[in-house]
Amino acid sequence: MTQTSDPAQATTGELQTIVAARLLTGARSVFIGVGRPSTAALLARMVHNPDLVLVYESGTIGAKPYHIPLSIGDGELAETADAVVSVPEMFNYWIGTGRVQVAFLGAAQVDRHGNLNSTVIGDYDHPRTRLPGAGGAPEIASFCQEVVVIAPHSPRTFVERLDFRTTAGFGDDAGDRERWGFTGRGPTAVVTDLGVLTPEQPDGGAAELTLTQLHPGVEVEQVREATGWDLRVAGDPVRTPPATEQELSALRELLNR
Amino acid sequence: MAEITTLPEAVAELVHDGDALALEGFTHLIPFAAGHEVLRQGRSELELVRMTPDILYDQMIGMGAARRLVFSYGGNPGVGSLHRFRDAIEHGWPRPIEIEEHSHAGMANRYAAGAARMPFAVMRGYAGTDLRERTNVKEIVCPFTGERLAAVPALRPDVSIVHAQEADRDGNVQLWGIPGVQKEAVLCADRSLVTVERIVEALEPRPGGVVIPGWVIDAVAEAPGGSLPSYAAGITTRDNDFYRFWDTLSRDRDAFTAWMNEHVMAPVAR
Repeated sequence: MTQTSDPAQATTGELQTIVAARLLTGARSVFIGVGRPSTAALLARMVHNPDLVLVYESGTIGAKPYHIPLSIGDGELAETADAVVSVPEMFNYWIGTGRVQVAFLGAAQVDRHGNLNSTVIGDYDHPRTRLPGAGGAPEIASFCQEVVVIAPHSPRTFVERLDFRTTAGFGDDAGDRERWGFTGRGPTAVVTDLGVLTPEQPDGGAAELTLTQLHPGVEVEQVREATGWDLRVAGDPVRTPPATEQELSALRELLNR
Repeated sequence: MAEITTLPEAVAELVHDGDALALEGFTHLIPFAAGHEVLRQGRSELELVRMTPDILYDQMIGMGAARRLVFSYGGNPGVGSLHRFRDAIEHGWPRPIEIEEHSHAGMANRYAAGAARMPFAVMRGYAGTDLRERTNVKEIVCPFTGERLAAVPALRPDVSIVHAQEADRDGNVQLWGIPGVQKEAVLCADRSLVTVERIVEALEPRPGGVVIPGWVIDAVAEAPGGSLPSYAAGITTRDNDFYRFWDTLSRDRDAFTAWMNEHVMAPVAR
């Protein structure tokens, strides 16, 4: 983040975290990776939902870290967890069964149907950039009850066509998720530094990400320019309520721990 | 019954050129000391198997020890890229590497099937992804309900190596904290080595402790601090600064090679 932090106003990055945290207000459990998703979930526990159960793929269920972890397997996660389980158990008993309500995922590329790429940029056999790969994402996105994608808004990330589909969102056609046997609802929100996209199904095809919420000071045109496809925009996108003093001070305190 | 031996002796006896070798430990208890010993002994043409290659396989790939990599997440956890892994795939340096990649769920189930000596595991997964065309997964129909499911082949490496906190003098091993797939890795391999922080008179039951009986392990070797810069819960702490340092150092081929020669390859007792 390059923005200077005005003591009274959230930077775009801070606001993105705060908006993601708000989505966890009523959630029972959230599956998170490291980085912004983890920060958002810890913030949600501080401000909105102290009973939120944090699940990390290292097998720590109900972790209550005081510090933002660098890795999903930091010692503090295991020490504070309600239960620590093996990786096969995590995926077979907890993820595959839909026991975890919300999952936060990131991606290098997102398409209009919420499908994600975290494998390669360029050709698979001769990639321009080799990315880390799938990790837990494909099954997490199939079976957690809902998925929130957190990504920076740029035409490099929000692309017309994925170079590789690592993780299915809504697929290509209506009914794809059901055909594939997915029990989760798929992406319910994509939180960016400009706004929030949510799935709508206007023409009977696969659900399409639609701009339904704009962060303060952001214009629709700006979001269109930062999106690599012809973005659908809701008739009257709502304005993201600005960060409250409580949210902002909690977030900054968390980041400084 | 596990033989209590030294790390150099155990690696010399158990790990051979061309082996399929799994070094497991999910962020926690990564067997760095053992992997470094494999490098020092010049093992080559390895098929390296590991869910999260992490810095250890970045080092082994960068030193040219691997012909093939089987994995599910090739990143530096919380930091970013693994630059030696990327360089090998993107540019074939120091040699081209063949890859087989899975999802975590797929790899975890492959280990569990291997531990059970089943030919494959059945799971729900890979649907709707391009991974299906690129990896070793097939569709199978449930004989009871007709549901279409994914089948992934069991992992049966020649050798597995894991790190644990303690062993007793009979080679019974106990690890605690994040258990990863270490037990499955030991049980799915033809040969196994467990390095431990310390050898104790008797194992004391620990909350969440996973005990692996010595009679399913070939060798146990003491390697204090042997999972650093990852960690052994209750004994060492994850060196997060090293993970960040590695991101800078490993970008450059020469800097990487010089660092490895000085810190890993130099034939000193560690």
